[in-house]
Amino acid sequence: MAVVFDRPHALVDIPMHYCPGCTHGIAHRLVAEALDELGIEGKTVGISSVGCSYNNYFYFNCDMIQAPHGRAPAVATGVKRSLPDNIVFTYQGDGDLAAIGTAEIVHAAARGENITVIFINNTIYGMTSGQMAPTTLLSQVTTTTPYGRDPKEHGFPIRVCEMLATLSGPAYIERVSLHDIKHIKKAKEAVKKAFKVQIAGKGFSLVEMLSTCPTNWGMTPLEALDRIKNEMLEYYPLGVYAGKDLEV
Amino acid sequence: MGEKLLMKGNEVIAEAAIRAGCRHYFGYPITPQTEIAHYMAKKMPKVGGVFLQAESEVAAINMVYGAASAGKRVMTSSSSPGISLKQEGISYASGAQLPAVVVNIMRGGPGLGGIQPSQSDYFQATKGGGHGDYRMIVLAPSSVQEMYELTVDAFNLADTYRMLAMILGDGILGQMMEVVNFRDEEPIVQADKSWATTGHGMKREHNVITSIHLDPAVLEQWNKGLQEKYRVIAEKEQRYELYRCEDAEIIIVAYGSVARIAKNVIKVAEEEGIKVGLLRPITLWPFPTKAFEQVIDKPRAFLTVEMSSGQMLEDVMLAVGGRKPVYFTGRMGGMIPQVDDIMAKIREIRAN
Repeated sequence: MAVVFDRPHALVDIPMHYCPGCTHGIAHRLVAEALDELGIEGKTVGISSVGCSYNNYFYFNCDMIQAPHGRAPAVATGVKRSLPDNIVFTYQGDGDLAAIGTAEIVHAAARGENITVIFINNTIYGMTSGQMAPTTLLSQVTTTTPYGRDPKEHGFPIRVCEMLATLSGPAYIERVSLHDIKHIKKAKEAVKKAFKVQIAGKGFSLVEMLSTCPTNWGMTPLEALDRIKNEMLEYYPLGVYAGKDLEV
Repeated sequence: MGEKLLMKGNEVIAEAAIRAGCRHYFGYPITPQTEIAHYMAKKMPKVGGVFLQAESEVAAINMVYGAASAGKRVMTSSSSPGISLKQEGISYASGAQLPAVVVNIMRGGPGLGGIQPSQSDYFQATKGGGHGDYRMIVLAPSSVQEMYELTVDAFNLADTYRMLAMILGDGILGQMMEVVNFRDEEPIVQADKSWATTGHGMKREHNVITSIHLDPAVLEQWNKGLQEKYRVIAEKEQRYELYRCEDAEIIIVAYGSVARIAKNVIKVAEEEGIKVGLLRPITLWPFPTKAFEQVIDKPRAFLTVEMSSGQMLEDVMLAVGGRKPVYFTGRMGGMIPQVDDIMAKIREIRAN
């Protein structure tokens, strides 16, 4: 019988620990498919961060490094400057990348560091049980904004793609969403393009993925997907923020 | 015969690193060690190496974490406040068993402190400034020549034991110029780095570098492995100098630039007919307890001298173990102990 759908080689065949309905699994698969299709698993070094995906080194079949909270872009810089012919990616959540790791991501982007960043934005801290993230939407209830995020108290959510796109360093920045098949297919293209940008030596690439956290949002998986569509897309518009005309 | 050059301490550390095969340096400016970065910025491009000025000390040590993971000889340098910022990365690198060299050219603290020489980061360096049960090999040069030799050794020790090695100097050593005799060729240890994350090339299982083990039983085993390694190092790698200790009435214990002052004290004391010796720890961790066993019977007392409130003093007291009195004198905040101050203390001890 012909195999029409299979696990990518770059994904290890073990059960994942993520909650039901969490989109980390989809994001992992998209990265793994890109590594397979571009034939780069063998020369890729991935950097996991701190958060729910800290141990994705169990899941990705390429060489992996676990980085301190927020520091993945600095660790990736160290690897890429040591092994310029290898492919280096970081996989970071919104707390990791946009709060504690703001300096590292901004300067890796400003340097045009030739790495690829996969940025998971689910507007909440997942692993530590649902605290406010820098991307938490206004009025969103979290365990540290129990009365909703109030801009007077908690400030405003950060739009990472827009912010980084003000820099001259990044070659390619795109925001995608994982809330339905159509968008997942677009996300796949974005991930592949980001790696191609790196392979071509064009510089810094980042793909932000609007993602779910049903557990900490207090929603069913389907409600969570709807929340991306109905609430997140308005504040986090999809699209290419840097490298619109870049051909790779 | 190798080259003989008049060089500044900080520059010698950078030159020694390059001679030891270090081609990756990540740093952030801070006085009084910035000449290391200047030297690297100039020299690294000429030897096909990488110099990168990081956005912070935190980023610099994490770039070291990345380059060490990639199996490269890598170094960062800073001074006290910057080393405090690096502690997170130092703990992670220690947990993940990554070899690298960290240089601390100490200045006065706490806080922003000052920019004058100090030895007040001894606790931080030898007892673990970051979290967790870890150690670094800590080497304390006392001359520019030693800054050269110990930097080369630091890379070899780091690679041999797969851990961090620190050069702990102070602002005097970093800034002063002396003649250095370079070897034609460095004794470079070729350590196995099959653990490095260099891309598996579809030829082996994937390598993982991590410091997290959520199962406490696994984490305890991991820690036991680290402690066993540290035990071996404590047994094999103690280094020290014993200077005129044979018939010394009082033995000064001092490291780094203070040990040089102590040698002047020994001369002055001799003129007064007082026999003083010097026990100079070269490895601060492992602390050279064996040196104390060699000389413990001889003096009537030990005198620890430091540019701190008395940090190494605690290790000296542990090594002496109550068998002889241990005294202390020191200066803080960037002030340097003078020969006269130390002589006054020696006279006071003798009068007791």
